[in-house]
Amino acid sequence: MTDIFAYIPHNNGSAEDVALEYPAAAKKIDENAKLTAIVTGSGADLDGVANEMAKIYSEVMKVDDQALAYPNAEVVRNALVNIIPADAIVLVSHSTFGMDLGPGLSVKMDSAYAADIVDFEGVEGNILKMVRQELGGAVSTHVTADISAGAVITIRPGAFAPLDGGSASGTIMDKSGDAGDLSSKRKFLEVVEAEVGDVDITKSDVLVSIGRGIEDEDNIEIAQELADAMNAVVSCSRPIVDAKWLEKSRQVGTSGQTVKPKVYMAMGISGSFQHLGGVKGNPYIVAVNKNAKAPIFQVADVGIVEDILEFMPELTEAVSEL
Amino acid sequence: MEILVCVKRVPDTAENEFELNGAGNDLDRDDLVYSVNEWDNYAVEEAIQIVDKVGGSVTVITVGDEESEEVLRREMAMGANNGVLLSDEAFEGSDGKGIAGILKAEVEKGSYDLIFSGAQADEGAGQVGGMLAAMLDYPYASLVNKIDKIDDKTIIVGREIEGGNQEMNEIQLPCVLSIQTGINEPRYVGIRGIRKVAKLEIPVKGASDLGIDAGDIGDAGAKTKRVDYFVPDMGDSAEMLEGSTDEIIGKLIERLKAKGGL
Repeated sequence: MTDIFAYIPHNNGSAEDVALEYPAAAKKIDENAKLTAIVTGSGADLDGVANEMAKIYSEVMKVDDQALAYPNAEVVRNALVNIIPADAIVLVSHSTFGMDLGPGLSVKMDSAYAADIVDFEGVEGNILKMVRQELGGAVSTHVTADISAGAVITIRPGAFAPLDGGSASGTIMDKSGDAGDLSSKRKFLEVVEAEVGDVDITKSDVLVSIGRGIEDEDNIEIAQELADAMNAVVSCSRPIVDAKWLEKSRQVGTSGQTVKPKVYMAMGISGSFQHLGGVKGNPYIVAVNKNAKAPIFQVADVGIVEDILEFMPELTEAVSEL
Repeated sequence: MEILVCVKRVPDTAENEFELNGAGNDLDRDDLVYSVNEWDNYAVEEAIQIVDKVGGSVTVITVGDEESEEVLRREMAMGANNGVLLSDEAFEGSDGKGIAGILKAEVEKGSYDLIFSGAQADEGAGQVGGMLAAMLDYPYASLVNKIDKIDDKTIIVGREIEGGNQEMNEIQLPCVLSIQTGINEPRYVGIRGIRKVAKLEIPVKGASDLGIDAGDIGDAGAKTKRVDYFVPDMGDSAEMLEGSTDEIIGKLIERLKAKGGL
């Protein structure tokens, strides 16, 4: 039987959605796996999350320490190394926190590491077979990990079917005394909140969202004209903000805004999972991209293989004539 | 400030349409366009800007075959002072830990205050920087999109976290940071710039130069292995609109009206 530990990320006293997704992932690794939730933090927030998790997991370990009040990955790692058996499988969300924690944790536990896993295909002997993506989602790969000495695996948020909630009455074990030395050469200072921009893209029912396909800052006007004709707002993917062509507040994605429009016009956007992670509420997605193999076509409702720089002006004209 | 930047030669996602080879177990690599990993340009730019302010030098390093020399030269054309190529048949098939172990051996021969990597590369794992830091017992921060202040002992950095927020940290040197895109605007490198550095010596080091046991690296040392590539089932993919542009626009407008887009 495999021992699997799931690290539960939480904010303001409630667990992130991935807490409901770990059980499905664990089952896919081993139907009979023993799954334990680990919650680290401090005070009432931590207790709230631990109680919430006891409804989903039969065993919950909590580590309460002021040094863990903010999840500094370097400090959390110290605690996990001391609490989790070295040959266990540790599941972590592939979030900005998981990316911070996972690689170093696998070194300190001397176990295999697999990142951003979207599916598991079972264990044969000591070899766990998994699915992940490369090249920004353009191709998928099967990877194997030798789990005989344990593994640290980050799973993609949203990739595994969530439980509907739970009614278990799990045991909460206080492991605070076993956490060991929680000092760190990295000190958390503060979280600086995102700046509010001139336009709130989260309020618009229709978004004309542009990606690399816009090619040049001057071409943004073409998207703005289409947005004006459609009574929509222009949003964008990360490369447009990196190039400083639009403000950060216009960026859709896990590292930007989460939007819930009725219609999402993905113009020249390849469709990385980080981008799509910011598109919620199941909108009608229109994708226009000159690359017929762009991953966006796998999630869009309707797809058009065209150059957006030629297509958008024609669409603008047609819409204006309605 | 001595800064080491780990870079990688990767297939350029902006320049290629990826297809599988005949056997279906690898990409068709014959006509692939390679370039330096996009994130690495931001890391090198950031390193150069730090050295411009406080002095020191920037060294770029990569693990790869002889063709990887071109990406080192490109980063040297940006302004990196030195390049080191770690290359050996024994390195082939290394997983993330294998690569980090190879880099560690070279890091320990130098005296670096800061080590940068890109936040991720072609495989999208974002793993080597964090592994290298843990192996060296250096502190680490991933997804760094701001460097605020640096002195001999500490650096203050911002990490990109969810929702466009930024997590500020104070970190003791030496440390390893993975650099996120958007932290700066990497300078343009022209043909002339590349020509200027064409003759600079780039040392090549293998397993024996680094004192690495071949069993710890390469395919033999890899706990995690890629088995094959495949294109996922496109079962639920988009309804593709075809025909002349006018016809396509007609069909699209119909659908947009039905879905509340117009």
